[in-house]
Amino acid sequence: MDYAVVVALQIVSGVATLVIVSLGLAVVFGMMRVINLAHGEFLMLGGYTAILASGQGINRWLSILVLPPLVVGLIGAVVERVLIRRLYGRMVDTMLATWGLSLAFIGGVTMLFGNSVTGISAPFGSFGIGRFHVAGYDMFLVLASVVLSLIVWAVLKLTPAGLIARGTMQNAEMAAALGVSPERVYALTFAAGAALSGLAGGLIAPVSGVLPTMGTAYIAKAFITVITGGAAMLTGTLVASGLLGSVLTVFTFLTTPVFGEVALLVMAIVLLRLLPRGITGRFLRRAL
Amino acid sequence: MTLSRRDALNTVLFAAGSTLAAPAIMRHAALGADPIKVVGIHDASGGLDIYGQPMIACLDFAVDELNAAGGLLGRPIQLINYDPQSNIQLYTQFATQAATKDKAAVVHGGITSASREAIRPILRRFNTLFFYNTQYEGGVCDRNIFCTGSTPAQNVNKLVPYVQKHWGKNVYIVAADYNYGQITSKWITKYVREGGGQVLSVDFFPLDVTNFGPAISKIQAAKPDAVISALVGGAHISFYRQWAAAGLKKSIPIASTTFGGGNENILLSPEEGDGIVSAFSYFQEVDNPLNKAFLEKFHAKLGAKAPYLGGELGMRTYIGFNLWAEAVRRAKSIDRMEVIKALETGISLNTPAGKTTIDAKTHHTTLDVFVAGCTNQAFRALETFPQQPPLDTASVCDLAAHPNENKQYEVDVKI
Repeated sequence: MDYAVVVALQIVSGVATLVIVSLGLAVVFGMMRVINLAHGEFLMLGGYTAILASGQGINRWLSILVLPPLVVGLIGAVVERVLIRRLYGRMVDTMLATWGLSLAFIGGVTMLFGNSVTGISAPFGSFGIGRFHVAGYDMFLVLASVVLSLIVWAVLKLTPAGLIARGTMQNAEMAAALGVSPERVYALTFAAGAALSGLAGGLIAPVSGVLPTMGTAYIAKAFITVITGGAAMLTGTLVASGLLGSVLTVFTFLTTPVFGEVALLVMAIVLLRLLPRGITGRFLRRAL
Repeated sequence: MTLSRRDALNTVLFAAGSTLAAPAIMRHAALGADPIKVVGIHDASGGLDIYGQPMIACLDFAVDELNAAGGLLGRPIQLINYDPQSNIQLYTQFATQAATKDKAAVVHGGITSASREAIRPILRRFNTLFFYNTQYEGGVCDRNIFCTGSTPAQNVNKLVPYVQKHWGKNVYIVAADYNYGQITSKWITKYVREGGGQVLSVDFFPLDVTNFGPAISKIQAAKPDAVISALVGGAHISFYRQWAAAGLKKSIPIASTTFGGGNENILLSPEEGDGIVSAFSYFQEVDNPLNKAFLEKFHAKLGAKAPYLGGELGMRTYIGFNLWAEAVRRAKSIDRMEVIKALETGISLNTPAGKTTIDAKTHHTTLDVFVAGCTNQAFRALETFPQQPPLDTASVCDLAAHPNENKQYEVDVKI
């Protein structure tokens, strides 16, 4: 019984991790249709921000939750201004440019901080379930994923800024005709997506450790999740994370981490074969 | 005389060039003749850099020390370091380069067993002598290679009895998913059974896995007396971190064949690393006069840049190079076969890690083994086992009788 609870908690935390690493991409790719191959590096930069800040003696919560989104959001704004802005609507060019950007980030960080793993200890201790112990930080990640999803939902659904952003993504010319500057909206949305990615990097840093190439471990999963999710970016990402995260964790439990990842890929392929436009291309189409 | 612009430029360039080259030329001139080329192939970057950095530093140090003492056979040593970036493909490329382009007298290199097995056939084919200075799973039987690190009969054979005596009989194994982890876990299983215990389960993890949550729950469900880890590289350090975060340090202790081989104990906080027990043929903290003198010189030379010489990898590289140098002195030649024959006389050196002797039949070494526990980010020796022969490899390999053998034997454990 206790074991079942522990397994269930692991599944939930597996799902939460997927949600956290995919949300930023859901905004940038799901909403803006920008194929950002540097998404993993935004995570990595967030992780480094958290580690460096806490190494400087800055409060742990400040360095995990506040600084990474600020720093990476700023970097995102600069990247949008210099690179992405020139490439809207040019998918292949964007892929090439962001791939180059990702290599540049990896190379730059390697030069600055060396190609080695660093980490910080996870806050919170552990708590017991029967004779099992579970890391408190895992549960904090679950909470964080819920809060983040709620914030994204609330901003998009309840604020004028969210309405304008959604409207601009649907029809930029109409939005412009109504007096909105699409350029500004695109820039702000991209920066927001980058900030979410940065925050994700800060959040996972205590669990995974930080390394210049850590992004590569997450980018494929993030893309698979967002693409499997389909058109409704938030609902799609959440549903896809739920399905894929459960499959990943269950198979990791039953076999090894290798087959866990294999199962995740197989699941994604089957889903996309059956629902080529993603889960929300068929179900929950009107959701956000 | 008119001085054209081109002449002037040439003069300036030549002057600048010779100024830059002067230190190099003078260093070689001081020792005369053309240098003996030694190649090092160790990962200076990537996930394995935690092992590569101390190995490279020790090889550099050993070469400088020898050059300062007059080189070998009146010739200076020229060390060429390659960085394969934790990438097996680059290993094969650099090994070929070392053998064909550099015509190296000896190659010191390889960290993971995967990289060793990638370059061993290449160096054998090109008749280039190869030193592998890492603790590994044992069983390599090839006259062209000398393995100077400890093997399971030397380290696992000491670690498992320690675990069973102090913590309990039944263990859970977590290991890296490639030949080192696969074979070492078999050795651990063998010794655990011989000690009357059981291996509850063995879990393998690819080198880039960082999420150990499910594994940690599985381990708790299995209720072992101890966990034995053969995890490798930077990503796997997450295991120890997540283990501590789950609050399991007090209930289930960890022993490891790899922990401390790099700088794992420094990267982890004391709360995360304390109490983990490892077995190696050297720890930086080993207390003897030779080691004290070595560390003094090492730190005087490298200053703040001196890496922590955790487990044996760095020290074994230093010893491996000196064993080769001693053999060259005795052979009075850098010819491969002459040096191999000299080494096969059973060369023995007193080193900071204790006495190390080449075992002629297996091309492995007899060495001292320490079981040590991690306290406050440093190791403290708990038990010492002087002069342990490489019994595992010796049980399957006899190069004196079969000099042409070329394979890696695997221990046969019925699981």
